[in-house]
Amino acid sequence: MKRFRFIHYINQFFGQMGGEDKAYMTPIVQDGSVGPGKELQKILGEEGEIVATIICGDTYFNENLKKASDEIIAMISKYNFDGFIAGPAFNAGRYGIACGEISKVVQESFGIKPVTSMYPENPGVEIYSKDIYILKTGISAVSMRNALKVLGKFSLRLIKGEEIGFPEEEGYIPQGRRVNVFMEQTGAIRGINMLLKKLRNENFKTELPMPIYDRVSSAPAIKDVSHAVIALVTSGGIVPRGNPDRIESANATKYGRYSIKGIDDLEKEDFITVHGGYDPVYALEDPDRIVPVDAMRILEKEGRIGKLYDYIYTTVGNTTAVSSAEHFGRDIAEELLEKNIDGVILTST
Amino acid sequence: MAKAIEKAGIPTVHICTIVPISQTVGANRILPGVAIPNPTGNPNLNKRDELILRKNLMSKALTALSSDIKNQTVF
Repeated sequence: MKRFRFIHYINQFFGQMGGEDKAYMTPIVQDGSVGPGKELQKILGEEGEIVATIICGDTYFNENLKKASDEIIAMISKYNFDGFIAGPAFNAGRYGIACGEISKVVQESFGIKPVTSMYPENPGVEIYSKDIYILKTGISAVSMRNALKVLGKFSLRLIKGEEIGFPEEEGYIPQGRRVNVFMEQTGAIRGINMLLKKLRNENFKTELPMPIYDRVSSAPAIKDVSHAVIALVTSGGIVPRGNPDRIESANATKYGRYSIKGIDDLEKEDFITVHGGYDPVYALEDPDRIVPVDAMRILEKEGRIGKLYDYIYTTVGNTTAVSSAEHFGRDIAEELLEKNIDGVILTST
Repeated sequence: MAKAIEKAGIPTVHICTIVPISQTVGANRILPGVAIPNPTGNPNLNKRDELILRKNLMSKALTALSSDIKNQTVF
């Protein structure tokens, strides 16, 4: 029996290199399995072998998509491999994008079918689910064991050329493909049956779900910025020292509203970041690198804007659920509308 | 958040470094930031030059807020 050879891609954290301090590390390759790859290797068992692991910093990859991919492709070219597995990335945004991008590039470069897995709300899903197989995972690494089992078993089936079923049966994110299948009844009968069920307020299942393009229409532009009141909002976690509202460093459930009245410059003695998903060194040195109060004050003094609003709004956008972010946005908007704010500058890390 | 605020009728410019995420999620006015841990700063510059960079970035943000757009726009 052939033992299939796999390459595994993981980030600096799961690669046991370090946390955000190593997020800028360039890719390295190690022979054999590392971190979660050890458990994955057990699942692959006698049928597959992780011959090498690529470890790369999330921030480095995301800020250098093309360069990082090229470097990784060059590194793995010397391995004679049959399959490629990335992640699981759970709800880590940068990691999800890295897993998606490298899988896509490997697919294009080597003509094999890579597999990755992540939480359905990970931004990597929207961008890459049409190109590659992305299996669903739970929101965090708490679900690691099960995620690896699914990832390993699916990868083996795919590489052995077994038939892959529909997304809902297999647990991957729908890729928007249409396949021909034979049914007992014609489309006309099935359609009428669905319509009758709908009329009777019964549950029915469509055979062609429509994609949801959740887009919002643009608000009217500010006519005269020099008289406008502008508010600063951030998902970068800048809060007064002591974090009075105890905003969580990940999976935030709330936002805070903090006065900047009379403050010309966010000083490091007064403001900090509590965001747990990026290297905080630069933000802690100068919080204006996330919430640009100093520059806005200058523009205010020069008359380029009417006024900088007296409060900033902060949350932490680190694996925070999209539904929470929408909720914060609606509440913040309501408050800003009451105060007749004309425009918002929202910074994200 | 940017979407929800724009939806409420307040023009909102999203300054972020990974533009594809913002495009995918659906912000309408997007302005690329400097780097993930410092979207509105650059620790490699001296204080004065960094402030100039930040001020220029904010001027662009104001342009984004005062531009009539129909489709998602990267400024």
